[in-house]
Amino acid sequence: MITVENVDKHYGDFHALKGIDLEIESGSLTALLGPSGSGKSTLLRVIAGLEIPTSGRVILDGKDVTNLAPQQRGIGFVFQHYAAFKHMTVRDNVAFGLKVRKKPKTEIKDKVDELLRVVGLDGYQQRYPSQLSGGQRQRMALARALAIEPAVLLLDEPFGALDAKVRAELRTWLRRLHDEVHVTTVLVTHDQEEALDVADTIAVMDAGQIAQTGGPRELYDAPVSDFVMSFLGPVARLGEALVRPHDLELSVDARDGALEAQVVRVVHLGFEVRVELLLAQAGEGAEPVVAQITRAEEQALELSAGDIVWVRPVLAAA
Amino acid sequence: MLEQSRSTRITLRCVALAYLALLLGIPVGLVLYRTFEHGVGAVWDSVTTPAAIHAFSLTLEIAAIAVPLNTVLGILTALVLVRGRIRGKAILEAIVDLPFAISPVVVGLALILVYGRIGWFGPWLADHGIAIIFSLPGMVLATVFVSLPFVAREVSPVLREIGDEQEQAAATLGASSWQTFWRVTLPAIRWGVAYGVVLTVARCIGEFGAVSVVSGKIAGQTETLTLLVEKRFTNFDLAGAYAASALLAIIALATLLAMTRLNPRKDH
Repeated sequence: MITVENVDKHYGDFHALKGIDLEIESGSLTALLGPSGSGKSTLLRVIAGLEIPTSGRVILDGKDVTNLAPQQRGIGFVFQHYAAFKHMTVRDNVAFGLKVRKKPKTEIKDKVDELLRVVGLDGYQQRYPSQLSGGQRQRMALARALAIEPAVLLLDEPFGALDAKVRAELRTWLRRLHDEVHVTTVLVTHDQEEALDVADTIAVMDAGQIAQTGGPRELYDAPVSDFVMSFLGPVARLGEALVRPHDLELSVDARDGALEAQVVRVVHLGFEVRVELLLAQAGEGAEPVVAQITRAEEQALELSAGDIVWVRPVLAAA
Repeated sequence: MLEQSRSTRITLRCVALAYLALLLGIPVGLVLYRTFEHGVGAVWDSVTTPAAIHAFSLTLEIAAIAVPLNTVLGILTALVLVRGRIRGKAILEAIVDLPFAISPVVVGLALILVYGRIGWFGPWLADHGIAIIFSLPGMVLATVFVSLPFVAREVSPVLREIGDEQEQAAATLGASSWQTFWRVTLPAIRWGVAYGVVLTVARCIGEFGAVSVVSGKIAGQTETLTLLVEKRFTNFDLAGAYAASALLAIIALATLLAMTRLNPRKDH
């Protein structure tokens, strides 16, 4: 279990972390989610010992490690840009942590071979990092971090430098790997889809503070603030209220609490239909509101561009 | 400029080659030609006189002290300049470049002012029987000073380019700073170090001005190869001067070759 207690971090005048309190369950996969500059990477580096907090404490499995060097924390860290040892083969990269611990050679070899099998790089032992693709390099970096059997695995935007397809593959793979290895994992990301897809728990960060912590569903359904809501998925602004596009109800006649709007565009996306609306009360140049409805609903309404409709939040979600 | 025309390309190449030939190729080639003009035997005799052998070994001796010293100090300086979080980095940068800015002759004179008979430490050193000026320690000091910046200047940009993520990764994997340096940092900067060492060696064996001032040019005692070349040249022993020059050129070439063969593995 990782406990972060009232951690503050200043860089000169910049207040990067403001009184962070966070508990991370053993064996869980937690995502620190936030926009860039929200302090999520700084928090991860404080847990790793790569940054020393200005005040506050970090406790790993009941032990206060605030003043311990990263070497002594028993952590595995994966960097966004891999931080591969370029002059070493894949085998030597993965073996690094074991070699500096002076483990017996045969033990190192077996362990490295096993890990490379786990991450799907068996047969690449003699390659150099420059001969691997980005996704392969990151899997090598993961094997390297796992080799020392860390109590905690920390991933700093691990898929940030990869293209969208590899990214989606790797996060599915990471989730499966986590279910096998069960190491407490903290993942930093700015991609809400990645966080929702992979993590058991998400801590949403904003301007150096934790805005909300909870399961993906809890955060999506019951966000505590407009910030959390708009960061965790698409939103539509209806007057003062923020609503999810799929929680909007359209009708051709005026109903209680509904606002008048004109259809700008109807986009058919298979089962789902996206309707772009311009609210009558909105001023010139306002962003259209997007409503997401099913094909059946759309067929019942028979919408086309220019129609006038009434829009309100679905009652259950209001 | 998407595509250079053929004639532009050829002209550019000719200009570059002519420039190199005029400044480097022809003079060096001429030295080698003049050296072996009268056969290898004469050259051999000329470089195996007692004075020549002594000059040769003295040059190597000075380089053997100055190069390792400046290599270690240069790497340390580069680490402090790039990775260190200290005040006064700009001042340190300027100090590192000082030997480039100051004429070697001035360096020699400065050393005499500090360690010479009438210098600051001169009387004290004389009382204790320690000779620095007009002897080996002074020549080593002068050589160390003039060849100080090379390793630091070659290593700094490489350190900056590789960044510190690999070092941080090593730390999270449990490596001590010492292990990180030997296993991660040094292999990553080794080409910068190698190039810096080559330049340092070249400067050490080729140094003339500063060494000339502090050595006293005592034949068979404080005469390095470059000083020998000058002496033979001024004494109208042109063949002897060419032979000693050729020896200098051969040492320089040998260092270059040794460095390129040192670690031929490619990792890029």
